[in-house]
Amino acid sequence: MSEQNTAPVLEIQGLTKRYGIKPVLKGIDLTLSGGKIVGLLGPNGVGKTTLIKIISGLLTPSEGSVTVAGRPIGAESKALVSYLPERTYLADWMRVGDAVELFADFYADFDPNRAMEMLERLHVNPEERFKTLSKGTREKVQLVLVMSRKALLYVLDEPIGGVDPAARDYILSTILTNYNENGTILISTHLISDVESVLDEVVFLKDGQIFLHDTVDHIREEQGKSVDGLFREVFQC
Amino acid sequence: MAWSFTSDAPIYAQAARVIKLRILKGDYPPGGTVPSVRDLAQEAAVNPNTMQRALSLLESEGLLTTQRTAGRRVTEEQERITHLRREMAETVIEECRSRLTELGYTAEDIRRIWKEEFQ
Repeated sequence: MSEQNTAPVLEIQGLTKRYGIKPVLKGIDLTLSGGKIVGLLGPNGVGKTTLIKIISGLLTPSEGSVTVAGRPIGAESKALVSYLPERTYLADWMRVGDAVELFADFYADFDPNRAMEMLERLHVNPEERFKTLSKGTREKVQLVLVMSRKALLYVLDEPIGGVDPAARDYILSTILTNYNENGTILISTHLISDVESVLDEVVFLKDGQIFLHDTVDHIREEQGKSVDGLFREVFQC
Repeated sequence: MAWSFTSDAPIYAQAARVIKLRILKGDYPPGGTVPSVRDLAQEAAVNPNTMQRALSLLESEGLLTTQRTAGRRVTEEQERITHLRREMAETVIEECRSRLTELGYTAEDIRRIWKEEFQ
């Protein structure tokens, strides 16, 4: 962290995002420091994916500023951010090995050896085409690609959404093993009880605003209940 | 196999308890090394920062010591371990006693049950 020593990994100020006239995010302020695993939690439709897409540079804010290690969102920030979208975007006809090459071409911080090693452990043959992989395996391959970058900020949009519990364990352990001391991981999910023990901090999004930003242990100490329990209370229908 | 945690207490405190039990039981013998933060975090499926905090807690209790280069070791003071083990036994017995009291047993009953169970 020599170059970006003082700037927080992520700094968001007064971020508002409107789709047409409909506001989704209403004045968000959020600062994340390095070396943390942070859960981005909130009910469906609250704007988690919108926020993640703004951080990744796929959507532009209506108002406010977002910086990654002090750099505004753009080519420079994208070099530091590794993004796992909710849906896979890798083409069906591609071979797994092609995707590894694609990532190696695109990202200077991508480590193809690490990716190959992780794929081998998953028993995925690089010659296989995505078409022939199950949904769960495809998601795991995509996570492997994203985690094989040595990024400063990883933003994972619902990484454990559509997979079975065993695959979930694999994914969480992949995240933990590849945890880079200076890097920060932002994970959006609504499967809180599954990820709670791997998180340092949680951010609750509610009505387009940040309702709560605290550490998991502090919540448990203060409230005497798990983050999952608190979530159910806060977002009770 | 990830460790299981209850929802009513901080995770670091629960992780610390698991490691403490291993030390008191002798799985990690006095003066021996304990696995690294990363390895323990991996085994427990918890965040490394959480595991770090759990180990710091045990350091402050004097069960673990850190050498600058050699990582963490279990204390060599057998006495301290014996003492904490006994303390934990008392906590367990106290819990047992208070739950039996909840069930309406008197001290006399509890003594009788205890004897019968451990014949």
